[in-house]
Amino acid sequence: MRAIWAVFKKELKTYFTSPIAYTLFVVFLFLGGYFFFSLTAAFNMQSMHYTQYNAPMNVLNMDEMIVKPLFYNLNIILLLMMPLLTMRIYAEEKKSGCMELLLTSPITSWQLVAGKFLSALFLYMLLLVITLAYPLILFLYGNPDLGKIAGAYLGMLLVGASYIAAGTMASSLTENQIVAAATSFGLLLTFWIIGWAGHFVEGNASHALNYISLVEHFAEFVEGVVDTKHLVYYFSFIGFNLFLTNQFLELK
Amino acid sequence: MIEVQNLTKKYSNLTALDNISFKVGKGSILGFLGPNGAGKTTAMRILTGYLPATEGYVKIAGFDVLSDPLQAKQSIGYLPENTPLYTQMRVRSYLEFMAELRNVPGAEIKNAVDKVIEKCRLTEVPRRIIRTLSKGYRQRVGIAQALVHNPPVLILDEPTIGLDPQQIIEVRQMIKELKSEHTVILSTHILPEVSAICDRVIILSKGKLVAEDAPDNLAQRIMGTAKITVAAKGPQNEIKAALGKIAGVTGVATQGKDNYHVESLPECDLRAAIAKTIVQNNWELLELRSCDVSLEEVFLHLITKEEEVLP
Repeated sequence: MRAIWAVFKKELKTYFTSPIAYTLFVVFLFLGGYFFFSLTAAFNMQSMHYTQYNAPMNVLNMDEMIVKPLFYNLNIILLLMMPLLTMRIYAEEKKSGCMELLLTSPITSWQLVAGKFLSALFLYMLLLVITLAYPLILFLYGNPDLGKIAGAYLGMLLVGASYIAAGTMASSLTENQIVAAATSFGLLLTFWIIGWAGHFVEGNASHALNYISLVEHFAEFVEGVVDTKHLVYYFSFIGFNLFLTNQFLELK
Repeated sequence: MIEVQNLTKKYSNLTALDNISFKVGKGSILGFLGPNGAGKTTAMRILTGYLPATEGYVKIAGFDVLSDPLQAKQSIGYLPENTPLYTQMRVRSYLEFMAELRNVPGAEIKNAVDKVIEKCRLTEVPRRIIRTLSKGYRQRVGIAQALVHNPPVLILDEPTIGLDPQQIIEVRQMIKELKSEHTVILSTHILPEVSAICDRVIILSKGKLVAEDAPDNLAQRIMGTAKITVAAKGPQNEIKAALGKIAGVTGVATQGKDNYHVESLPECDLRAAIAKTIVQNNWELLELRSCDVSLEEVFLHLITKEEEVLP
């Protein structure tokens, strides 16, 4: 436990003593803020049109028009940025030779994997906390569905943790950061779009392809549904990737 | 303290280490000597548990590196080749991290770090970012990191490489001081380093252990001869013949005008006899000096000769 904590602290320090955390936060929040602004502005415009023509206001729905697309958009930014956050996690250590010091210290490779995964996850959670500003603004001027927002956040957390797990796995394969980023991006995007292949086949194959798609599971969280099968999916995705990471580290 | 038995490391078609065995007692400094690619780094990586051996075992302070990796690793301080460091960290927080990683109890971390900062003469730079330090200071941070959990065994891979002469002397002095509390293994391809700091030396060549002894003994035992340089004015052939007749001389070689190399059996000092011979013949004696066989010669001798020279 102490070793995990030591690795966790060191990693977190690395994020904040280098420009990594700040760049990630600024870019993510800038893009996220832009999406939030344009979605809200569009919603606002429609509301004004509806009042002008005395159209029935109940067709307008903040959850459908702002919350849902916002979290899908944030998810896409995440898909693009997470490989860049995670690419250095092991590749950098290998390149600099520090890996040799870590692996000859009296810690198990599991402790290393856990410490590094948790610190990246913690950094990501900090980022999510800042994005709470968006729903907060919605609550100030309207009444969105709290359940859907809470579900979306749980979904974001799980999907982000999955990206991190896949990214650390890719990083443990190589000492080249670009190779790590390209590998994890390719892997994640494949898991996003693999559900499309489900349209061309039938029966169980279609179900299976849909089931392994990262984004299919995210969809229900944004609807405010927390189903155990989605939790199981994300936890197994994370667990399997961390397992592979550990294996690759021991392989050398 | 360190026991290595029949260590063999094979890569698919390359034998990096071939059946190496040795023991190192407490409180001594062992040098791994060998040309680049001889297997020094591989041997050290296996000793520290970073690489698994193909055959054989390594015991550090009684713990087998493979079956008890955590205890064995706890007993080792390791400075890998090229001194990897987290260059964006400050010296002090880097050492604190390393102490925590090596299970130094929370309350003692500050003390342990203070101690190595003192020991490795880093007192002027604990707040500096490692990236901004000179190579010499970085090397000391590397050694400090290996020492921070006060391990009984220290393994240093080329600790003086890339340093200037002043820094080399400092680092060597530091390593010598460590001997009282730690057992040290260091690798080098610089020969004077071995005679300067090591109690014992192991010469590796192409993965094989070709010699193991104290540096001084190694020279004598392996070369089996003593050499004397003589410079004298006089008829060259006569001098050569006269020198060859002295009892104990095994060979005379001329080198340029007036210079002679006399080889003799070890442990008989012929200087007096040579001086006498030259003076009695009325030649002029200009210089007379016994030259020790240098480690360089031993080294070359060993690595160019494939056969085993171990007793």
